[in-house]
Amino acid sequence: MTKTIYDELIEREDLVLPGNTSCPGCGSILALRYVLKALGKDTIIVIPASCSSVYQAIFPYSSIKVHIFNTAFASAAAVASGLKHALVAKGYDDVNVLVWGGDGGLIDIGFATVSGAAERNEDIIVAVYDNEAYMNTGIQRSGSTPPGAITTTTYAGKSEEKKPMPYLMLLHGVPYVATASSGYPLDLYQKVKKARNIHGFRFLHIFAPCPPGWRFDDSKTVTVAKLAVETGYWILWEAEQTDHGLNFSISGPSRPYIDPARRKPLEDYLMLQGRFRNISPEKINLIKKYIDNQWEFIKRFLE
Amino acid sequence: MITESKGTVKVITGNAAAAWGARLSRPDVIAAYPITPQTTIVETLARWVDTGELKAHMIRVESEHSAMAAVMGASAAGARTYTATSSQGLLYMAEMISWAAGARTPIVMSVVDRALGPPWNIWSEHTDALMLRDSGWILFWAANNQEVLDSVIQAYKIAEHKEVILPAMVMHDGFILSHTTMPVEIPKQELVDEFLPPYDPPHYVMNPKVSPPITFGNIALPADYVKFRLSIEKAMKNAKKIIKKVAAEFKEFFGRWHGDLVSYYNTEGVDTIVIALGNVAEQVEATIDSSKELKKRAGVVKVRAFRPFPKEEIANIARKVSNIVVIDRDISFGWGGILAGEVRATLHEFRVDTPVYSKIMGIGGDEILPEHIEKSLNEILR
Amino acid sequence: MTQELDHLILPISHPKIGAGGKTGAWRVFRPIIDENKCIKCLLCWIHCPENAIIVKQRDQIPQIDYEYCKGCFVCADVCPKDAIKKIREGI
Repeated sequence: MTKTIYDELIEREDLVLPGNTSCPGCGSILALRYVLKALGKDTIIVIPASCSSVYQAIFPYSSIKVHIFNTAFASAAAVASGLKHALVAKGYDDVNVLVWGGDGGLIDIGFATVSGAAERNEDIIVAVYDNEAYMNTGIQRSGSTPPGAITTTTYAGKSEEKKPMPYLMLLHGVPYVATASSGYPLDLYQKVKKARNIHGFRFLHIFAPCPPGWRFDDSKTVTVAKLAVETGYWILWEAEQTDHGLNFSISGPSRPYIDPARRKPLEDYLMLQGRFRNISPEKINLIKKYIDNQWEFIKRFLE
Repeated sequence: MITESKGTVKVITGNAAAAWGARLSRPDVIAAYPITPQTTIVETLARWVDTGELKAHMIRVESEHSAMAAVMGASAAGARTYTATSSQGLLYMAEMISWAAGARTPIVMSVVDRALGPPWNIWSEHTDALMLRDSGWILFWAANNQEVLDSVIQAYKIAEHKEVILPAMVMHDGFILSHTTMPVEIPKQELVDEFLPPYDPPHYVMNPKVSPPITFGNIALPADYVKFRLSIEKAMKNAKKIIKKVAAEFKEFFGRWHGDLVSYYNTEGVDTIVIALGNVAEQVEATIDSSKELKKRAGVVKVRAFRPFPKEEIANIARKVSNIVVIDRDISFGWGGILAGEVRATLHEFRVDTPVYSKIMGIGGDEILPEHIEKSLNEILR
Repeated sequence: MTQELDHLILPISHPKIGAGGKTGAWRVFRPIIDENKCIKCLLCWIHCPENAIIVKQRDQIPQIDYEYCKGCFVCADVCPKDAIKKIREGI
């Protein structure tokens, strides 16, 4: 029997332990399983205030089987920078330093910190799991919340648009930027494996549906994530700086949707989630505009 | 008899002295963000790193909050670290300062005291660092440029001591010390290496190559949290002993003494003691020195370590005199002078009923001149 | 403070399966894999957010660890053969 990706995945140790305190159906911890499978045990995770701070469970136990340093909200990418420099200064060159946080800690309050670390090309991986709101504190809107989404601080649905984080990071010109999704764990695994072998600042933006926050049944996490890709809302791509310039590619699962005619109707995606209940046509159009802008933006990298 | 020189004397600013103190202590990682009047510390260190004179990783972070975050992360991985800041920057990193104390990362930081805005003010005042007195950091005030250099080196030995393991700040006055030059003996590197061995964390290291996985800092229930905080308090208590030990060792190695928790000037046979932090105390010493009458009646206790607070030393000397005057280059709005408040509380705790007079001077870098000090003392001594 | 306390008591936790307790108790419904329908595609194992499905080698019917399975049913949602039954707990 030839060895396949499945054999590899079975062999690679699962460093996320069952019996943790994540919500049933959590998109974030599902993604973390694959990030850690790819990085392996020589990894330190810096975790800012986020759902991931909480699903480690309570002292004296932890549910993640790698070194973790929990830190204050905006500081994760800076703590990771210091950690990595110290390890190298002490002669330990091949320890992965990963930042694992939500859109709150890495796109809003920690944005300057992430941007600074990117500008300095710190040798760390910053991975955002985007559940599109401040979920840990009870579902308040973030810069990454899409227009029309109901959160506890946007009762009438968010008016503003979604901060285009992965594109902002792409424009920082760092060695590796990729988008991924909890709905496509194998794609995520391959991307983290690739990132592991690249030096310098690496950024991963992972789509992570949240059953309690987005108001859908626990079992639908993967379905919702897939629909996001199938409607063209979430685009899976990767961008690697090489000696010959930027190597930008749309990942397999998103390729069919380069053609707008093949995308599923956005309403199929919105309908599954209570947070888009009563969304106005104007706000649906804002989301459609966001989708179109993304595809328009990445076109220039496809030439 | 000619004794072998322990170093080279240079005429340098307080900031240069701080940079030298850091350089001689061999930090592995430095992360700092510029702010007047600290900037020349960072610039000096950056230059030395780029020329190779200082082998350290220098992270030119984008904010003070990130500076403290970065040195904390580096220290957690077992590195010796250094940073520096002032006023606004210090308060910006306040959250991380607290986190670093709780993470038991023995960072040493220079704080160049500066008044807080608004309006913008770049001159010296002690309120900035005093605002962090509850943070769990050991706090030193340096009175002159030599003491700045020496205190940074001592601070590493104290902070990294196995019975302490707490971060430490060394304060020096903005412009008064940071930008004025004094002769400073820069000790030989070999001597400092002997005095200060490499950092060897006794508690944890964030490094999967040297230990099995641990999670630092996830949620803890109240009953457990209490134990962690009391542990910091115990370390602070141990620090009192260690500060004295290290100051004595330093004197043996380098031949210099700046005091340990406090230092005493002309305190025998006087009826009044003036208590002040760091350089303010030196100003008072100089004032008393110039007046025969004052010298008969007043002595000075320079508070060198504000945390852990030298309660016993202050209570003991207060018992022997009729008046205590505390000069604060700071103010806690709605309360008064911070040092005065702590002295008063100490005397009450130790049942000493010597009256304490509080004078607040030098706010916002306002000059503290000998005539101001003389006038204040004469009012009290009448 | 009367108690003699160690000065180095730190908030350091250690990894453990079941750090959050026996999370199987969270279940309202229990997923059961129908071994007759299962084609061993392993998609349930891949997509389990809890890592509560055990697969030791490729050609194997996955085993659900009921001590920790929270009953989210993502496994049932991704199963291409509808091979996962949903039974109410406590019956």
